[in-house]
Amino acid sequence: MRIESKILLWLGIFFGLMCAVYWTWSLENAGGVMMFFAMGLCFLPGLYYFWWSRRMGYRPEDDPNATQETGAGYIDAFPGSSIFPFTLGSGAFFVVLSMVFGSWLLIPGLGLVIWAALGGIAEGRRGGDK
Amino acid sequence: MTTTAHNPAVESHGHEHGHAEHHGPRGILNWLTSTDHKVIGLSYTITSVLMLVIGGALAEVIRGQLANPNGHLVTMAQYNELFTMHGSIMIYLFAGPFAFGALANIIVPIQIGAPDMAFPRLNALSYWLYLSGAITMLLGFFVTGGAANFGWVGYAPLSDAVYAPGAGADLWIGGLLLTGFSAIFTGVNICATVFYLRAPGLTLFRMPIFTWNLLVVSILILLAFPILTAGLVMLYADRHLGTHIYSVAGGGVPVLWQHIFWFWGHPEVYILALPFFGMVTEIIPVFSRKPVFGYKGMVFATLTIAALSLGVWAHHMFTTGVVLLPFFSIMSLLIAVPTGIKLFNWIGSMWRGQIWFSTAMLFAIGFVVTFLIGGLTGIYLASPPLDFFTHDTYFVVAHFHSVVMALVLGGMAGLYYWGPKITGYMLNERIGKVQFWLAFIGTQVFTIPQYIVGLNGMPRRMAVYPNDPEWQTLNTWSSVGAIMIGISTLLFVVNIVASWKKHPAGDNPWDGHTLEWFTTSPPPHHNFFRLPQIRSERPTWDHNHPEAKALAHGKEDH
Repeated sequence: MRIESKILLWLGIFFGLMCAVYWTWSLENAGGVMMFFAMGLCFLPGLYYFWWSRRMGYRPEDDPNATQETGAGYIDAFPGSSIFPFTLGSGAFFVVLSMVFGSWLLIPGLGLVIWAALGGIAEGRRGGDK
Repeated sequence: MTTTAHNPAVESHGHEHGHAEHHGPRGILNWLTSTDHKVIGLSYTITSVLMLVIGGALAEVIRGQLANPNGHLVTMAQYNELFTMHGSIMIYLFAGPFAFGALANIIVPIQIGAPDMAFPRLNALSYWLYLSGAITMLLGFFVTGGAANFGWVGYAPLSDAVYAPGAGADLWIGGLLLTGFSAIFTGVNICATVFYLRAPGLTLFRMPIFTWNLLVVSILILLAFPILTAGLVMLYADRHLGTHIYSVAGGGVPVLWQHIFWFWGHPEVYILALPFFGMVTEIIPVFSRKPVFGYKGMVFATLTIAALSLGVWAHHMFTTGVVLLPFFSIMSLLIAVPTGIKLFNWIGSMWRGQIWFSTAMLFAIGFVVTFLIGGLTGIYLASPPLDFFTHDTYFVVAHFHSVVMALVLGGMAGLYYWGPKITGYMLNERIGKVQFWLAFIGTQVFTIPQYIVGLNGMPRRMAVYPNDPEWQTLNTWSSVGAIMIGISTLLFVVNIVASWKKHPAGDNPWDGHTLEWFTTSPPPHHNFFRLPQIRSERPTWDHNHPEAKALAHGKEDH
């Protein structure tokens, strides 16, 4: 986990340097602002992973001499199938179409989105559609 | 139903827990509800190749119109819609989703020994948003006023409510919003998968280069795509909610759209390209019977390209006169260095290898050659004096068509290489080779006349051009190249039909290096019954060739 965080932090440092050079040299704000927030978007997960790497320690996938047995066991519950991604996606589809063809399309759109949100949360709580 | 994934340590362990037995819904309900990354990846592959065919058909109409100086195939208004939708479909709906949604979705979890993506339902949502976005954008052809007609870059003020009043432009914006969120979710998913679901012993610097590139692409997606989404929301607000962010009339700045668009648009070029770089980096060593040359160099080149790609956006805007020319010129020229390292390493991987010229390898070499042409002409365009001369001419069109046609060749290489793994059956090599030569020669016949006619001053996005014999000859040749590329794409469809369930592939038809060749073809639900010990970046090869000991990086292979 340590290298993962370092990659993001180095990217963030590079964007920070580039932002400083660009902003002082160009006197143009749009690009400077965007590069500044690109730096932030690297530091945010980078620092989180760094903190997390100290908490979780060395994992089998970070150990070059790990055997497959060290990783054996339960990983997580993966939903085998779920209708809610489709429901949420078609809800978003109708919401976007409502931007073009009229706000009445928000009725099916938001209906599907709310159904998917409630159903998806319930499904996640009981660990999938059993 | 839910299946719990267990890491299959030893063969018996995997069977005992029966995680390969999956009793989900069948048929269309399986397609609608599946959260298996292989099913979603296949949906992505089929949809994006369909988009390639639709975008390609529009391209053939464009080249038909341009085969003569005063073509009457389409009206000028229709021509504007054609080149806009051709570019939009190819970039937003084919190249991007194919690069990070299709093969990546299927291959990345298998290459790192994971049972699925980290967030399977989010992965399915990505696909449905992508499909909705594609349908939304294509609906533009069926509304009054036609599809969007302001170019795939949607420059303000051409894209405002005055110059583009129809519903087609709004559908274009809506489609991009949906596909943009689809890309962001895929980026989150791939990052989490690579960070948390690797097999034991698969350290970050043992990951296959394809997975490395997808990780870097995912980081780039997370940096770039939100900016496009924000820009589109502001564009929509300008069109319908009375704001004046991009319109001079209300005190806005039209060039701001270009800054926002290209701050997404140039990283997007690498978001498109890096997955194909990764595919080619997988294919060349396997078919040269060697480990990849310069593994760490490849990884650092990828990271450097990603880092620099956020500082080059305004090289698309040199002629606006309001950008810092030296900064963007230097940064753009610097990107040639890591890209050059990659080309050097591809050649180094082939050097003194026992090269097997299979269809996948031919396509990979075709990618390297075509990308070299596109990359070198890109270096010219990074120089402002040359860019002032060639901006908005066919030279630029030829440059990026060399690049994206290289990506199409790379994508075909990936399909021929991983197709047997995905379907379990080999594709016909003879048809594949005919397809390759048609596509490769067609690409050069298509682009090289465009370079020349561009240097002669022919502007892009014109439905008619002066009746000059040289321009006409060059344009006719370019159209011939486009027809060759079209036939080669149809040959791919013919090949799928011709080799449908004919020759079973077996687990490892190419004597491959990486983990996907360790499992069955097609892989079972949750991918693996067992995993080999991982001691290098090519665990399957180490397992199949115990006589050759695993090599540390940088050591010569004797």
